[in-house]
Amino acid sequence: MSKDVAITPNPMDAIMASRPRTLYEKIWDAHVVETRDDGTALIYIDRHLVHEVTSPQAFEALRVAGRPVRRPELTLAVPDHNLPTTPRRDANGAILPIADPQSAAQLAALEVNAPAFGIRYIPATAKEQGIVHVVGPEQGFSLPGTTIVCGDSHTACHGGMGALAFGIGTSEVEHVLATQTLLLQQSKSMEVRVNGDLGPGVTAKDLIMHIIGQIGAAGGSGYVIEYRGAVFERMSIEQRLTVCNMSIEAGARAGLIAPDAVTFAYLKGRPMAPAGADWDAAVAYWRTLHTDDGAAFDKSVVIDAATVEPSVTWGTSPEDVVAIGGRVPDPQDFADESKRVAVRKSLDYMGLTPGTAMTDVPIENVFIGSCTNSRIEDLRAAAAVLKGRHKADNVLWAIVVPGSGLVKAQAEDEGLDRIFTAAGFEWREPGCSACLGMNPDKVPPGERCASTSNRNFVGRQGPGARTHLVSPAMAAAAAVTGRLADVRLLGVTSNP
Amino acid sequence: MQPLNRVDGGAIPLGLKNVDTDIIIPAKWLKTISREGLGAGAFETLRAEPGNVIDDPAYAGAPILIAGDNFGCGSSREHAAWALGDLGIRVVIAPSFSDIFSGNAVKNGILPVVLPQDAVDRLMDIARQGEPITVDLETLTVTTPYQDRFAFTLDPFRRDCLLNGLDEIDLTMARDAAIGAFETTRTSDQPWLMRGTAI
Repeated sequence: MSKDVAITPNPMDAIMASRPRTLYEKIWDAHVVETRDDGTALIYIDRHLVHEVTSPQAFEALRVAGRPVRRPELTLAVPDHNLPTTPRRDANGAILPIADPQSAAQLAALEVNAPAFGIRYIPATAKEQGIVHVVGPEQGFSLPGTTIVCGDSHTACHGGMGALAFGIGTSEVEHVLATQTLLLQQSKSMEVRVNGDLGPGVTAKDLIMHIIGQIGAAGGSGYVIEYRGAVFERMSIEQRLTVCNMSIEAGARAGLIAPDAVTFAYLKGRPMAPAGADWDAAVAYWRTLHTDDGAAFDKSVVIDAATVEPSVTWGTSPEDVVAIGGRVPDPQDFADESKRVAVRKSLDYMGLTPGTAMTDVPIENVFIGSCTNSRIEDLRAAAAVLKGRHKADNVLWAIVVPGSGLVKAQAEDEGLDRIFTAAGFEWREPGCSACLGMNPDKVPPGERCASTSNRNFVGRQGPGARTHLVSPAMAAAAAVTGRLADVRLLGVTSNP
Repeated sequence: MQPLNRVDGGAIPLGLKNVDTDIIIPAKWLKTISREGLGAGAFETLRAEPGNVIDDPAYAGAPILIAGDNFGCGSSREHAAWALGDLGIRVVIAPSFSDIFSGNAVKNGILPVVLPQDAVDRLMDIARQGEPITVDLETLTVTTPYQDRFAFTLDPFRRDCLLNGLDEIDLTMARDAAIGAFETTRTSDQPWLMRGTAI
């Protein structure tokens, strides 16, 4: 390993700027500090989100090595995974202790580490607290064209802002804290082009689940996906974040949607977004961030939006997707032997019989929340279904966990909390909650959950828990009917 | 990081497809603030089943794990690599790996070997017979006592790091001047990008 392996500045810059490039290539090129002669690039990281689960070992290693955080102002720390979603203060306003000693220790470590290394920390009791992937865009910390990382695979979410955002392990968290860079190989590029319009009652969540079902849980491995087509241009930022969030469930480390007027309007005036002359300069730059005509993708997938129905999962991989009008598949329907084995195991775990109509599957739990679906539009969509209705008697536990304190406050201003509680839901404090059950919110063994989260893995929502991934409106429909249900048959016509 | 040159020994024939990192190490084990001792939680759900392959005495101490497509998908938790390392695993052989897991593995001295499904199937058979498998990172080959020889590829940087036990952070710290130059240009051209939380 000699010192002169790197080439700086990159002589390819001028050539590369003149040929058509994808959005991914443009963001990548803008962040290359140097390229080693083995092809590995040192990539500058603009924004780093830190939470309590994947950071303690990184901070400890920095401490042992006596290293500071290189650019503390480019990092934002927020607790989310372990936090209970029950009230955080007692009637007198005193902060309540965390009952689980391990969770408490992990949360305490972040509370100490962030200020010790000069990093902005949003405490659990602040109204700005929430899931990192909700907080980043909401605060204007996540910006178009930036590289964003976090020790969490759903960092792909921020691609909805037009950022190159991806999850990293704890060693990489330490690498970014110490150097504000990562050593990376450029990924291949995949275009997922969706033509046409989504039908009534079909949402961004249904679309991304459909896409994962089409390309498979490993279909995006080695790629960064760019979602293209008028469907995405018409989506709100909330919907784009939902789509990009689940890129990782298709194996892609990152997903992107080009920033546009919708993105700029969302960001303007956010606390950490550029302002004044900086804003104008930023927008001028962001307008260049789109795939050039004639740019080549390594792979293209085309989806007809009209074929997308409200989606639901039947198995234990996010690729196990079927339209709500469909049936539990038969293992014999799959050509690949390893998939047949996996399907048999999945159906056994899920307690499902091949051929069963998905709408005949009863559910006992409903979870509305997670970095995929806990933003204000998600809560509005669920509330629109629940207004004037109540959860079915066989639904034992139904909770709504807003993505942040600000989402919660806005929902309360709009009266959504009262719709949820009148429908028999519990209205909770923000956090990751039952998406992965690191906090006390877990689905009991053997019970089913209609969940707006992103993973239906074995044991994900608690040991033995059976997860069916759905959109917020579909989760609400499941709550009302007590089984997986087609929300389009419930006659919802408007927002509350 | 412990260098890895050649690994010789038994292999656990797990063979499942889409083994996610929640399977490798369930979320309750992520509450630790240490990297140590996670082998106890490795494959906890699988190991609750009687006769599971992980605890089969026939494979005790095996340094190699053989799995199906998309190994390590899902969560970015490096705890998955720590847990495998704590079990004594130095090599995982599969038809494909998740991008995040394979990066985490290399940083912890674990070699991800990508081989075609038929080669993986053959190695599963060898492993089940209790025969040893040899993985040589120097020659980029997997061999068996039956004269099987499978070549694999690994990006040269990762190979170099594994062979020499290099730490990426040390390498990058040595590039401080280049990073500083990038930051200077950036601060001058796009100052708003460098402000972050310091608005």
